[in-house]
Amino acid sequence: MARVPLVHLAHARSGDKGDTANVGVIAYDPAHFDLLKRQLTPAAVKAHFGSMVQGEVERFELPNLHALNFLLHGALDGGGTVSLMNDAQGKVFSTAILRMEVEVPDDVAAAVSKRGRVPDGWSVEDYGRGHA
Amino acid sequence: MPERDMIRIASGQGFWGDDLDAPVRQVEGGPIDYLVMDYLAEVTMSIMQKQRARDPEAGYARDFIPLMERIFPACVEGGVRVVTNAGGVNPEGCAEALLDAGRRAGVAGRARVGRVEGDDILERLDALLEEGHELRNMETEEPLESIRDRVQSANVYIGAAPIVEALGQGADVIVTGRSTDTALTYAPMMHEFGWADDDLDRIAAGVVAGHINECGAQSTGGNCLIDWWTLPDMARVGFPIVEARPDGTFTVTKHPGTGGRVDRGTVAEQILYEMGDPTTYITPDVIADFTSIELEEEAPDRVGVRGIRGRPRTDFLKVSIAYADGWKATGTLTYAWPDAAAKARAAGKILRERLDRLGLAFDAVRTELVGWDSTHGPLVGEPPADLPEVQLRVGVRGRDRSAVERFTREIAPLVLTGPPSVTGFAGGRPRVQEIMAYWPALIRREAVEPHLRVHVEEV
Repeated sequence: MARVPLVHLAHARSGDKGDTANVGVIAYDPAHFDLLKRQLTPAAVKAHFGSMVQGEVERFELPNLHALNFLLHGALDGGGTVSLMNDAQGKVFSTAILRMEVEVPDDVAAAVSKRGRVPDGWSVEDYGRGHA
Repeated sequence: MPERDMIRIASGQGFWGDDLDAPVRQVEGGPIDYLVMDYLAEVTMSIMQKQRARDPEAGYARDFIPLMERIFPACVEGGVRVVTNAGGVNPEGCAEALLDAGRRAGVAGRARVGRVEGDDILERLDALLEEGHELRNMETEEPLESIRDRVQSANVYIGAAPIVEALGQGADVIVTGRSTDTALTYAPMMHEFGWADDDLDRIAAGVVAGHINECGAQSTGGNCLIDWWTLPDMARVGFPIVEARPDGTFTVTKHPGTGGRVDRGTVAEQILYEMGDPTTYITPDVIADFTSIELEEEAPDRVGVRGIRGRPRTDFLKVSIAYADGWKATGTLTYAWPDAAAKARAAGKILRERLDRLGLAFDAVRTELVGWDSTHGPLVGEPPADLPEVQLRVGVRGRDRSAVERFTREIAPLVLTGPPSVTGFAGGRPRVQEIMAYWPALIRREAVEPHLRVHVEEV
């Protein structure tokens, strides 16, 4: 087994509702959904965010999208126009959760080691042409 | 009119301030039947309410008017009907300006403008409280009485019925106030396909289509994390188009030749955006179950959506209330190598000491290092000594406006009175902003629905 950052196994989008940030985590490969479900428990996510989340963490499952939706309560310093945070609307909690480490079999770790990151040798000159 | 077997509903704006050319690209880039534009967010109504207090003709999304002047003839000639909540807190003022714009654009006698009113309950607030509607905060359970004197705006999220009525009366452009974002998309489906109020699964499918449409390009590659570097031609990103069918299935796509991408990944990310409990997505017309959504990639840039289930609506509507809750300001300075983060933190410490010595009291003071921890906070650990540069960002908030004003004068002095190698103050003093806090509440339907009004008028 190996520990890999979640960024190699899933993509994510986050948003806000008042002082709560929501983070949707979607497995790149449906075959990895079960291991994400086992390891990304509300308690593990709460522990990962530490002082960034003052309230509870709730989790909802969307097996149809091989996705998990987390509600991080008390994460936005009051939220909306009250918040003093640079990320007052919780837009980048999406990639903050992808810093979590998950345990996967060695062959999976090897297969996904480049997933989710800009490929080596990529240049902004390539951007917009529609290929990797 | 014979029932159509498919209608194309195009998203033109995802928020007030979105790409102004997107609606033009939607109208000119290929066949569409409806153009829907969402302009309203939680804080927008209070901003508009302030604008109307200064100018009784204001209080709506003003850039909607020049936009319509530009596309009105093409919409009339192409049979494209427009549905938008650009009316804000003044749908009547918006509709009047739109009628003028239509005449200037040369569509007089060829188009009808509809407006929906009655979502704005600010004037009725005291009467409603007296009748026993407590409007308790959905999160804290506090009654509205505790902040009544500071309320700036109060609008009820309304559903599809008045839009369907306006479409039935032949309106070609419909401006509403606080219609839900999703209703702008599913109201045309209910009108075209004759769905009944208890066609729950089909209306729920319309809600999902609305959720995919409501943030513009966020479902066609914008802000999409999945292989973002491979997305083509984002400078001309295509906004989403929903091809809706009478049975409640639909396909998400975009015009040929536009940039961006529509696939499982881009659509799934948008489905999860601002999601709560996915089994219980509450709207004024139905409760949609987002765990029932089935996505299928039908072809490049075409995602089919089916399987969606709905449950009956609740007896309540949601109210969006904004109230004044003090003042805030944020100042920044940039520190350079070496030991950039150490210098920025030392400057933050000096600033706090000076604020204390001045006897200024704040409800909160927040220090962040942009370029290090302002997005992922303590998850990133300690900054390296060789960080090339970092921006110190300090924010304060409190009830005392003069204290916040005084804070804005304490940033610049740090350039000559604090740690070295500091720059980046060309922007001048930070601006003091009034905080508009959000108060979500519920109200019984019957207190609102009889007050909803539809007016349709020829240009």
